[in-house]
Amino acid sequence: MTILVLAEHDNLHLKPGVTNAVAAAQKIGGEIHLLIAGSACSGAASAAAQVAGVTKVLIADAAQYGDGTPENLAPLIVGIAKNYSHVLASASAYGKNLMPRVAALMDVAQISEIISVESPDTFVRPIYAGNAFATVQSTDTIKVITVRATGFDGVAATGGTATTENIMAGADTGQSKVLRQELTKSDRPELVAAKRIVSGGRGMGDGEKYRQLLEPLADKLGAALGASRAAVDAGFVPNDYQVGQTGKIVAPELYIAVGISGAIQHLAGMKDSKVIVAINKDPEAPIFQVADYGLVGDLFALVPQLTAAL
Amino acid sequence: MKIIVPVKRVVDYNVKVRVKADQSGVELANIKMSMNPFDEISVEEAIKLKEAGVATEIIAVSIGVTQCQETLRTALAMGADRAILVETSAEVQPLAVAKLLKAICEKESPQLVILGKQAIDDDSNQTGQMLAALMNWPQATFASKVSVDAGIAEVMREIDGGMETIEIKLPAIITADLRLNTPRYATLPNIMKAKKKPMDVTTPEALGVDITPRLKTLKVVEPPKRKGGVIVADVAALVDKLKNEAKVI
Repeated sequence: MTILVLAEHDNLHLKPGVTNAVAAAQKIGGEIHLLIAGSACSGAASAAAQVAGVTKVLIADAAQYGDGTPENLAPLIVGIAKNYSHVLASASAYGKNLMPRVAALMDVAQISEIISVESPDTFVRPIYAGNAFATVQSTDTIKVITVRATGFDGVAATGGTATTENIMAGADTGQSKVLRQELTKSDRPELVAAKRIVSGGRGMGDGEKYRQLLEPLADKLGAALGASRAAVDAGFVPNDYQVGQTGKIVAPELYIAVGISGAIQHLAGMKDSKVIVAINKDPEAPIFQVADYGLVGDLFALVPQLTAAL
Repeated sequence: MKIIVPVKRVVDYNVKVRVKADQSGVELANIKMSMNPFDEISVEEAIKLKEAGVATEIIAVSIGVTQCQETLRTALAMGADRAILVETSAEVQPLAVAKLLKAICEKESPQLVILGKQAIDDDSNQTGQMLAALMNWPQATFASKVSVDAGIAEVMREIDGGMETIEIKLPAIITADLRLNTPRYATLPNIMKAKKKPMDVTTPEALGVDITPRLKTLKVVEPPKRKGGVIVADVAALVDKLKNEAKVI
């Protein structure tokens, strides 16, 4: 068995989630190859060659792969997939966009967002927003899989000694063009990779108070900032802050939920965190049912106290 | 131009699902069913495009049991023009759904298919991308803003680090994310009118599509329960717990 892992990157560095997908591949067992498809992506390719457990890095370096459009990438992956028993990618926006297109072109099912490997053809995945876990067995010869990063501890990003091989790029389909990206600029860790997260909900009142209260706390902790859907919908923070079933799925060592009531949708995105702290004025809020430590009271008084005490 | 909007009948998003004792699935008997919320958003977006004069006809499609007709009637009451039900009581997985939709696209020749980005039951997030692959059409997934002009769609997409705007040539696939729009409620007069709108019923066999599942569900279980912890008295107690008990700071 040889497993192909599609590595998401920005041409210079690998994205968080790649090492978790490699960890899932190790659980399946067999040789592991990484695919780096990009434009002027030698930086990402050399990072990929150092990932522990990877034996070979395939590099497809061409202008038409620079934007990572699935219309161009899917045929490239399908072209080499026949050499593999499994094709994996992290269940990031990038992986979710691309992998079903790959699977359909190969006439195989995709197994979405696995959180555990039972055997090379059997996997566990959450359904109903994480309210049930399904164990599914694939009958396809090649298994196309997306991996929920929080289900697998990532392998070491360094220490590996993979060989590299350039592969032929396919044609540019010209079907899709990226016009622009507006990325949230932040010096904080990426939400999905952060060890600590401070998250705010509707209880923050408005965007101004969210920033005034939570930024200093996050600064003290070196934490990423997140939010509930309610806070995003109310316009406190940008969309990509959202933690939850339809936003980011996170599992940091410490998750501090401030003014978040704990809708099922939100819990689905953070309940695998190691330690959860909830600060809320309503003692009946469902967030306290999953929190290790709860603090009931006025967050506008408690959060500055906490920031000062750290 | 025509727009096809596939709609799925799922357990209502307000229902807390329960796993069956025999681990064969979740309890669906006597449970409230509704249109998948993301599909409501795609119906709304199609109606907006029709109101803007971009689209001329909206066809809602559902796949599943007879009761999916109710879901289709909801789409018709919102503003879709006609409906197609692909009736089957068998399990239909995303690849098979994409194949059935492909068969319908080949008959109807739409310029756009707008789907919800995922269904809230199986959480697969696959069908739109798979249909795009099978049709060899471009795709714009996780859309939060759509404009269509002169055979080109400009779509703002939600990606991990922020937003991305792409341009795709029609015919194409769009999948709707949460913030694309707020779906309208069907008014009573429109619900009455929807009863008279045409609804065709076909089957996977009639469409010539093999819907045999590729994934076998071996068991469905409750997730491990996270047990609630303690309520601490004050900030000092919290900091003490985090330092000395949890050892995370």
